[in-house]
Amino acid sequence: MTQQILIAVIVLGALGILFAALLYIVAQKFKVVEDPLIDEVAEVLPGANCGGCGKAGCRAFAEACVQQGNMEGLRCAPGGDAVMQKIGQLLGCSVEQGEPMVAVVRCNPANCGDKRRSNYDGLRSCAFEATVYTGESGCPFGCLGCGDCVAACQFDAIHMGPDGVPVVDADKCTACGACAKACPRRVIELRNKGRKDRRVYVSCVNKEKGAVAMKSCSNACIGCGKCEKVCPVSAITVTDNLSYIDYTKCIACRKCVVECPTKAIKDVGFPAPAVKPAPKPEAVEATAQPVAEPAKA
Amino acid sequence: MKTFKMGGVHPEENKISNDAAIEVMPVGKQMVVLMNQHLGAPATPVVQKGDKVKVGQLIGEAQTFMCANVHSPVSGTVLKVDSCKDAFGISKPAVYINVEGDEWMESIDRTPDIKRECTLEPKEIVAKLKEMGIVGLGGATFPAHIKYNIPEGKKAEYLIINAAECEPYLTSDYRVMIEHAEECCIGISILRKALGVPNAYIGIESNKPQAIAHMTEVARQFEGIIVEPLKVKYPQGAEKQLINAVTGRKVPSGKLPIDVGCVVSNMGTTFAVYEAIQKNKPLIENILTVTGKKLPSQHNYIVRIGTTYNEIINHSIGHLPETTGKVISGGTMMGKAVVNLDAPTVKGNSSVLVMDEAESRRGAESNCIRCGKCMNACPMGLEPYLFSALVKNGRTEEAKAHNILDCIECGCCFFSCPANKPLTDEIRLGKNRVRAMMAAKK
Repeated sequence: MTQQILIAVIVLGALGILFAALLYIVAQKFKVVEDPLIDEVAEVLPGANCGGCGKAGCRAFAEACVQQGNMEGLRCAPGGDAVMQKIGQLLGCSVEQGEPMVAVVRCNPANCGDKRRSNYDGLRSCAFEATVYTGESGCPFGCLGCGDCVAACQFDAIHMGPDGVPVVDADKCTACGACAKACPRRVIELRNKGRKDRRVYVSCVNKEKGAVAMKSCSNACIGCGKCEKVCPVSAITVTDNLSYIDYTKCIACRKCVVECPTKAIKDVGFPAPAVKPAPKPEAVEATAQPVAEPAKA
Repeated sequence: MKTFKMGGVHPEENKISNDAAIEVMPVGKQMVVLMNQHLGAPATPVVQKGDKVKVGQLIGEAQTFMCANVHSPVSGTVLKVDSCKDAFGISKPAVYINVEGDEWMESIDRTPDIKRECTLEPKEIVAKLKEMGIVGLGGATFPAHIKYNIPEGKKAEYLIINAAECEPYLTSDYRVMIEHAEECCIGISILRKALGVPNAYIGIESNKPQAIAHMTEVARQFEGIIVEPLKVKYPQGAEKQLINAVTGRKVPSGKLPIDVGCVVSNMGTTFAVYEAIQKNKPLIENILTVTGKKLPSQHNYIVRIGTTYNEIINHSIGHLPETTGKVISGGTMMGKAVVNLDAPTVKGNSSVLVMDEAESRRGAESNCIRCGKCMNACPMGLEPYLFSALVKNGRTEEAKAHNILDCIECGCCFFSCPANKPLTDEIRLGKNRVRAMMAAKK
């Protein structure tokens, strides 16, 4: 009995050693030589595998960096400048300073919540709802509110707001762009964070003619062009009945915010009480009257 | 009695508007005619603001292959050529016409006499179908001139007429059979001639015994028209299922009915074909059912295309009941809820179904318990529960490998699911993704 056990142990042990040796030889012979720099770069990256850089994941991004030897055209948005500087040091190349970006939801919740025009009870997916009809708000361009963007976010930075339109948490948002890609209506855009986190943007993507857009939503951009005229730095253009503010030119003076008749232009991050409530209605009246009077005369 | 072999369900039939004879809906003050009333590209408007048009005049011309002509359903002045939101809120190019009088094109034969002889050659028939803007009225609105133009190297052996009307509530085809059986049979004979097939089979479900009796009676006067009673089962009216039920043949995955020698046409279409070929009347009218359990009265109407849903509702029942949950265009299984009641009706609309709030709501969704009911119900032999999981996890390649594109979106899986999972929705989403993936690969 003991002899049998002994034989088994010896045979299996010998086999084990033999195969281990074989594996070692094979592993040495077919070794994949990888640049150790890739590991180092990958170590620096956030490791979220968000795909915001356009690569399959963080490892693929690191490989691309090392292969290219410089950082041209490559940027890890979640890591930001800190991570980019570190990679630059590792690779020994200079890194351009990028402007911090943030996801912006360009839709005003005018027909959401209690004011919905229809009741959607199908699959909770924006991608599907967009193929079925205009959505609960009645606007064929606006947010559908099923939260495909919320599901796409890996950083817990976007959540459904109380009025059925997602709200971005600017502190958590890494501008990876996953939400913008997930949105079938292209409502979400990556824009710069702006100085002191102050930014101005057109919160609408409706390209319908003014009257039709107004029927869809009272906060829609009607493409009247008032903002375009008032902008001192020509950052605003109106194409296809829709105004767009070029954030690289915008100086956040907020003249357009006051001018917009449908309040489609939003300002974020400005100190609220000093400016917002008081001068706004006056300014609207002041500009509205002189325009109206010559027309009558 | 015959039926298709795989899957199928038995939804409540609710054919409550069966006995309502077809009435004529009066013409409104303004008509909006969409240019995109068919499968494919929109027609190009050939009229301008201020033009005078007559009933039946061409206003939208088919300039691409997959397109159909659009004709004016009314006489009057063109108000504008603009866009209009359809029943689902999507903007589409449209011609607005202010109605003035009721002046028809001289070429249209408006006499009630039935014209039996058709001297046209098959090629001429197809050309005329194209000219008259005929599309399939079974729901898909596939342009008829493409369907009846059999590609080289293929041969049609069977012409199958779909009179199954398996969708709950719908009765327009039934009324057409009862009231216009002879015209339909002439239309079928014309289509038979166009295809050069010896026999045409009319598939009628056995829940319409009167229609079966009447059609059999009338079809006796015509050569090569055979009425085929079918066992009641949804989706009998689906092209591939009807072919299976009538001929026993199976259309292989990714193939068309013509690949097994079959052409399927809807009963309503045969009536339109008769009017187009024999009476020179383009497709400017729909026969549609106005029905609903809570409605004071049930109706079947002949409606000019371009009449809005609101006009139809106002004329037939006055106003919607307070408890209305959904207004559906089509039946309960495949119909779509209308969100814009000011939208004009288009070719192929078969009903205005008013559903009660409680009746129309979907049940609360719960988890899949792997009972397999959806697999048993699927008439295409697919695995809906599997697609649901694959689509949810974005596994598009695998969904394609499991033939997701074979799905006919009949809704049997959702109907049979005890967990109320929106399986059909998920599959439709998956199909879109697969198509996008295939387009990107090209």
